[in-house]
Amino acid sequence: MMVAIALPEVAPARPRLRIKRIRWSVVAAVFVLVVAALAAIWPQVFTTVDPTYADPALSHLPPSPQHWAGTDFQGRDLLVRIIYGARYSLLIGVGAVATSTIIGTVLGVTAGSGPAWLDQVISRALDILCAFPGVLLALMFIAFTGPGLPNLILALGIGGIPSIARVARAEVFIAKTSGYVEQARTYAIPSWRIVLRHVLPNALGPLPVLVTLGLGGAIVGSSGLSFLGLGPQPPTAEWGLMLADSRSYLRHAWWTGVFPGVALTAVVIAATVLGRYLQRRYERRLR
Amino acid sequence: MELVGIVVDKSADSRRRFGLRTRMIVARVAQAVFVLWAAITVTFLAIHAMPGDVVSLLLGENRNDDVLRASIIERWGLDQPVWSQYFIYLMRIPSGDLGTSYTLRKPVSELIAEMMVPTFQLAATALVVAVVLGFLIAYATTGRIPGLRPATNVLELIFLSAPPFWIGIVLLAVFSFNLGWFSVVDLSSWQSLVLPVTAIGLPMGFYMAQVLRDGIDRALEKPFSLTARSRGLSWAGVRRHHALRHASLPAIPLIGLVAGGLLGGAVITETVFARPGLGQIAVNAVLVKDIPLILGIALVSTFAYIVASTTADLVGVLTDPRFNTEQKG
Repeated sequence: MMVAIALPEVAPARPRLRIKRIRWSVVAAVFVLVVAALAAIWPQVFTTVDPTYADPALSHLPPSPQHWAGTDFQGRDLLVRIIYGARYSLLIGVGAVATSTIIGTVLGVTAGSGPAWLDQVISRALDILCAFPGVLLALMFIAFTGPGLPNLILALGIGGIPSIARVARAEVFIAKTSGYVEQARTYAIPSWRIVLRHVLPNALGPLPVLVTLGLGGAIVGSSGLSFLGLGPQPPTAEWGLMLADSRSYLRHAWWTGVFPGVALTAVVIAATVLGRYLQRRYERRLR
Repeated sequence: MELVGIVVDKSADSRRRFGLRTRMIVARVAQAVFVLWAAITVTFLAIHAMPGDVVSLLLGENRNDDVLRASIIERWGLDQPVWSQYFIYLMRIPSGDLGTSYTLRKPVSELIAEMMVPTFQLAATALVVAVVLGFLIAYATTGRIPGLRPATNVLELIFLSAPPFWIGIVLLAVFSFNLGWFSVVDLSSWQSLVLPVTAIGLPMGFYMAQVLRDGIDRALEKPFSLTARSRGLSWAGVRRHHALRHASLPAIPLIGLVAGGLLGGAVITETVFARPGLGQIAVNAVLVKDIPLILGIALVSTFAYIVASTTADLVGVLTDPRFNTEQKG
């Protein structure tokens, strides 16, 4: 180890300042997410133009002061369509994360607090779910149930179950061996009540982190499936669909292939930055 | 890291006939076989859980063809009880008979065998690129070059967040259409592979780099790094000879995981570049509800994924020097 050298003077402990450093990356991430959420709920705030309004005379105009992001092959304003597209990407992303969070938590907590055989059954089932590569699992699900928004959300949500369930299960095991649960047992509180009152709230600690980080992945997944034509159908304004449209015209109109992806990537980056920040804060709290 | 605890406990292990390494390998292979069996069973259950009769589901748009209907009942044993149907299915799939695509009127195994070549080419090349890139980035960013680390952090965030198919579209717009460097029309040349491989290999490379770099950082904090430095080894030497080797051990099983991600990524990326492959037929199969074909593709890619991750795990166990001392005892 390091050799201790007698320092002439011990530096005084720096006083702990109450003022927190502002993390601009986190502020920017929250801003992007708030703007995207606003566009999803109330796109009229940003634009009064109809996203499906097409004027063939204006087709494939490059970005200009009138059309900030240019126009597409039918002469529709690209920026307007990007704003309206937030609705589907966020809806599918949030829906998929909600699905995997609810099912994953129920499975994880059941596995962690139930009898050992049930834990084995659930854990092995999660292994099997992991064996299918994500995209193919979603494709298989849609092949059986047919395309459409609810099926798309379920198809993406199922793939996210194992990671959430495994974390929830591990957290339950940590909570089960803790002092407060042991004390609750000495009070002869029924075990279902201990699970509900003590184990569950403590096992849900890392959930906000998982949900935020999972949101980005779900949005990428949803745009990928709609890119393949398995999501909302034209003329709906949806980011993946717009990118699919752009492929045929990429040679003349690069902007149709770039800007929807910029919006998509910005939202995913924002979710990732916020998720990592929450993760750091959560880990610091544990120490 | 958790292996250390097991290795130290020699008194319990020496009584057993086989070493820890052998038992880990057997357990891992057994797990792979179990998951494979389960995956086949899941597809069987999925077919039978669907509303409506199985024959119509398998036939898709040909459901009114009586000749096909009779042949499918005979082949799947659908006039027999469910248990023997399951047994027939379980015997048939591993023998390579994945059924017939009634939409394309061809055996599924034939269709997949044909389309697997370009997909495998794409995924395998991307895997090599990802691993090489991962090592290079991790090695470079731990080198204390000012400004390099924050810059890679930003790039990493972008490439790990952006959907691979969009990266593909941007690459196509810039390098193929604007600069005209790589044609993607002539599919026989290696040039057509450059952009698709970049689109899926680059994000995976950054992912590998992230894990490797954490490993290197952790190894550099260990006492042995300080000892190596005190022996006069350069900073680069410590990283190359000590830290990198320590960091690559946990990264080996990760390669299996990355391979699975690449397979999924290839499916969508093939559509971007209009390349033939498993992705193309998979998407078509979903759109026309060609159930036998989509099940076949799902099973084959699951098989490939399980083989890749099992192999990676086994290589990890075989190369881990901590098991060497164990077997002498």
